[in-house]
Amino acid sequence: MTNSLGIVIPELVAFETPLDLERGGTLPRYDLMIETYGTLDTNRSNAVLVCHALSGDHHAAGYHEAESNKPGWWDHYIGPGKCIDTDLFFVVSLNNLGGCSGSTGPLSLNPATGKVYGPDFPEVTVLDWVHTQARLADHLGIERFAVIVGGSLGGMQALQWSITFPDRLAAAAVIAAAPRLTAQNIAFNEVARQAIMRDPNFFDGNYADHNVIPASGVGLARMVGHITYLSDISMGKKFGRSLPRKDRDADGVNFAIEQYLRYQGKQFSGRFDANTYILMTRALDYFDPTINGLKTLPDILKSTVCKFLVLSFTTDWRFSPSRSEEIVDALIQADKQVSYVRLESAHGHDAFLIPDVTYERVFKAFMNRIHLDLGKP
Amino acid sequence: MISHSHQIPNWITRHTRVLDLGCGNGELLAQLVDSHQIDALGLELDPEKIATCLDRGLSVIQQDLNSGLSNFNDQQFDTVIMTQTLQAIRRPDLALSEMLRVGREAIVTFPNFAYIRNRMQLGLGGHMPVNPQLPNPWYNTPNIHLSTFHDFEELCHALSIQISDRDTSNLSGKRTWLGKVWPNLFGEVALYRLTKES
Repeated sequence: MTNSLGIVIPELVAFETPLDLERGGTLPRYDLMIETYGTLDTNRSNAVLVCHALSGDHHAAGYHEAESNKPGWWDHYIGPGKCIDTDLFFVVSLNNLGGCSGSTGPLSLNPATGKVYGPDFPEVTVLDWVHTQARLADHLGIERFAVIVGGSLGGMQALQWSITFPDRLAAAAVIAAAPRLTAQNIAFNEVARQAIMRDPNFFDGNYADHNVIPASGVGLARMVGHITYLSDISMGKKFGRSLPRKDRDADGVNFAIEQYLRYQGKQFSGRFDANTYILMTRALDYFDPTINGLKTLPDILKSTVCKFLVLSFTTDWRFSPSRSEEIVDALIQADKQVSYVRLESAHGHDAFLIPDVTYERVFKAFMNRIHLDLGKP
Repeated sequence: MISHSHQIPNWITRHTRVLDLGCGNGELLAQLVDSHQIDALGLELDPEKIATCLDRGLSVIQQDLNSGLSNFNDQQFDTVIMTQTLQAIRRPDLALSEMLRVGREAIVTFPNFAYIRNRMQLGLGGHMPVNPQLPNPWYNTPNIHLSTFHDFEELCHALSIQISDRDTSNLSGKRTWLGKVWPNLFGEVALYRLTKES
């Protein structure tokens, strides 16, 4: 494939300093699985942090194996000459704390018990992630990021960065995100959690002790989630009312969309840990920079100093454009430098992952200009 | 392409906060950032034009001017500019009031419909004017609220808006002496600098 990073190699970074967590508890130590692309310049000024969404991981771009047809989750947007141009930027991507792709999480051994953490892994929040990412930046010798970028839950991390470490980023790109979840958002997450918890193989999260996984529950959670990531239009275009494919498992399936959702659920349950899914959805639910409305969003954003790019997608109903506009309006009220585009797309929430000419044009213009201005006062 | 009047930068104070409504490719804002080190923000609808603004390092919000400026604070800007857009807005009167709510001062330019060429095309030719400044046919034009120097000043009076400066220019952005003497007849583009009457 042209403009691909080719083979990329993940790296495990160990952190031996204990980490106090926002919602209580301390992790004595932890590892983060990361990938980096491109080269850090001599001033160490061209770093970009890519934050992942609910089910993402450190593998954002390139391939893990030759002959593979499965690139990283944001490969279309990260690489030589792409929006996040690895010829210009040094890109850092990680699996967040609590994840299940190599970073310390519910699947890791609890040093206190010698058993896997499972459901005893402490709750982590977006703020905790930002703190671990800052420690990762210290480890990599990055004092200040050029851009911190993320879609969905990743966008919330970028926003939190701008608030928590205002001096450590020149720009934030907040894509298809929301300033905090609505009751409807939390409701969808709760249905997903219930699907997992009611699976007889869940065993209160201690499924590892029984050598099983709650595959059915995780699959169901993914199916619900997946519906909210697509739009009525994109589902209609892709599946409509067409019948299932004969060359795939069509047992008890009446329509192609059912077959697709079951397939997605099954794939996901094979790769994603149930306790991590619960942990990630809770982090989403609790994200609220206004601290339960104690402060207003413009007040909270007063302390930020970076440039912002906010992007939303017309058919996104998980985090609709009006949610992004809440962020934009708050930044305007706080007199911050913000650019915003509501991009036309049929792809719902997933649009932030999908190739689109206008999206790419706008995103790349912002990124390249930040690079051009690096080192200027 | 209609050039921005050379007069506009003279009405801008250095290091002030400027909002440009319908900023297009950001040409004027970028020029003012260079010459006056302003703190600039643009509003624009077309994502392609917004991308060009981003190339130039400007901050731009995609926003439809017809839905108002309610997301901005009172007196948030020193100057609010709107060039060659007033005539395409659904309610120019509300737009003007909003401009002077969010800005201390407003700069507005629009095509003078009483310009002699328009008068000739309509009065003698018997047709709605179609020319470099108003290039669209009547049935498909964004310019739905055309006005003249006289009309505009009547509106300002009705809205208690004070006209602190008035000028004219041709399409290259230059002032002509005929336009200066008889703006309503020979002024191709109308330029106004406005404040709220205190």
